[in-house]
Amino acid sequence: MMRTLRVLPTMWRIGLYESIAYRAELFIWMLTTTMPLVMLPLWQAVAETGPVGGYDVDRFTAYFLYAFIVRQLTSVWASWTINMEVKQGTLSMRLMRPIHPFWAYAIESLSALPLRLSIAAPLGVFVLYWTGARYVVDSWAMAGVGLLAIVGAWLISFSANLALGALSLFTQSSIKLMDVWLAGYFVMSGYLVPLSLFPAIIRNATYWMPFRYLLGFPVELWSGSLTMHEALTQLAAQWIWVLLLGATAALIWNRGLTRFSAVSG
Amino acid sequence: MSANQRGASITVSKLRKEYRVAERASGLGAAMRALFRRTYKSVVAVDALSFHIEAGERIGFLGPNGAGKTTTLKMLAGLLHPTSGSVDVGGFIPSQRKAAFLDSVTLVLGQKQQLIWDLPPADTFELNRAIYQVEKADFERRVGELVELLALATIIRKPTRELSLGERMKCELVAALIHQPGVLFLDEPTIGLDVAMQVVVRDFVRQYNERYGATLLLTSHDMDDVMALCPRILVIDKGALIYDGTVEELVRQIRPEKRFAVRFTQPVLAEDLSAFGRIVKLEGAEAILALPQDDVPQRAQGLLSRFPVIDFEVTRPPLEEVLSELFLRGKKP
Repeated sequence: MMRTLRVLPTMWRIGLYESIAYRAELFIWMLTTTMPLVMLPLWQAVAETGPVGGYDVDRFTAYFLYAFIVRQLTSVWASWTINMEVKQGTLSMRLMRPIHPFWAYAIESLSALPLRLSIAAPLGVFVLYWTGARYVVDSWAMAGVGLLAIVGAWLISFSANLALGALSLFTQSSIKLMDVWLAGYFVMSGYLVPLSLFPAIIRNATYWMPFRYLLGFPVELWSGSLTMHEALTQLAAQWIWVLLLGATAALIWNRGLTRFSAVSG
Repeated sequence: MSANQRGASITVSKLRKEYRVAERASGLGAAMRALFRRTYKSVVAVDALSFHIEAGERIGFLGPNGAGKTTTLKMLAGLLHPTSGSVDVGGFIPSQRKAAFLDSVTLVLGQKQQLIWDLPPADTFELNRAIYQVEKADFERRVGELVELLALATIIRKPTRELSLGERMKCELVAALIHQPGVLFLDEPTIGLDVAMQVVVRDFVRQYNERYGATLLLTSHDMDDVMALCPRILVIDKGALIYDGTVEELVRQIRPEKRFAVRFTQPVLAEDLSAFGRIVKLEGAEAILALPQDDVPQRAQGLLSRFPVIDFEVTRPPLEEVLSELFLRGKKP
């Protein structure tokens, strides 16, 4: 473990170099994650005539800008990387290194954060200015829970990527399963529609699925829509999903490695 | 054994690797049927393979395409789990992939790379320095030596994507050796290199082996690599070991003859020449004859006294030919 901790800064620095080398690709990818910014004017127009489910124009603005920011901070592409490495056989080279590949996949995603933050941070400031700081956490304690919620959301995203990516060790490709996961994410996380606007039966169901904790929960928390009790309850549920998906990813990966046939390598 | 230590012995016992492969006939009907009911067949890539390699040996691992060379190499490197049998590399079971084991070995796959595609090789070197925990001073000394030896000074700061295949291969070798491993698994390490650089890489690998006592297991389709580097060869076919010994002994068993390459002052007739040995090649005034190994001096003397000769050379039959014959026999010599 100490070895891993010593390696991480160098891995992060090299990952940052890669992000800079791939800056055009990263920028294009960010354009593909702008759906909340597309949804924003639609919902603003709907709210022109009066609040919808408690959302006025400013609250919609805050919600979707927060959604965009959370998406930037919690995006992971390890599933695609694993699939590519399995298909091309380059996973062999990664496995020869005396450091668990999970660390490498994590650092590769996290090292793009500075570039993504360079866009997300000004947007955060803009949210505060636009809404007169009405839709923001109201205490440092809540901000602390909010940070844990962001970390938890990233870990769920990362674990799901690892678990689905590791399935390619059995099947050679699991990209389509990742598409299914993303479909669930787009619909059930609050990415396109705030979860509180869903019919009660669907809204209640989202508490039992991981998608809410990827986006809707941190967004509602940061926009000041949750009480401390609600925030802590959802945080606990979120971290249960972190543990469940993390254990699933580790299990699939370890089983997958024993089956890994390295066909392309 | 750990990084920076000398080579390790390798013991393989009754190693077997079986793959389950999906199969179907061609055509739309077969494709539709496969949607609902897939059929599989079992393919044995490696079968009952046993051998022992002493620490510091240089071994050529040969066989036709699909013989199981790379599969075996990957089981030795811990990438593949054997179906049955055992592998011991320096006291480690490779498939357990312990950090101390990974610290002590390296794998170079000629067709795969560890260099980061859009960054200069120097960044991959730095990453490996951190991962393998090589001291900065050792790292700079080693990379300096390797870069000088392989003439890479002008290359390592360019993005990998802009390098030629040969340049990338040389950088792969540097990246693979930064942690000074005691066991080298090299799969086609000279692929893509020009002839001059192949010689440099062979010399370099031999020097590395001699200097650090590293154990070397090499697969290559280039028999010059094997002849130059490997006193001992293991030959496998259809996953099974069919020869273990020196190149000379293999040649003696399979093709007990010498090649007599000769250049005459003028063209000679085949019927005149055939009295001295089997004609392998005859073009004008140049010929290559196959002479029985135990009768070379007499026959050569007779030939030299019979024809006016400008030049001649006695060699052993090409290893490729010997191996082809071995594979055709499909059994131990």
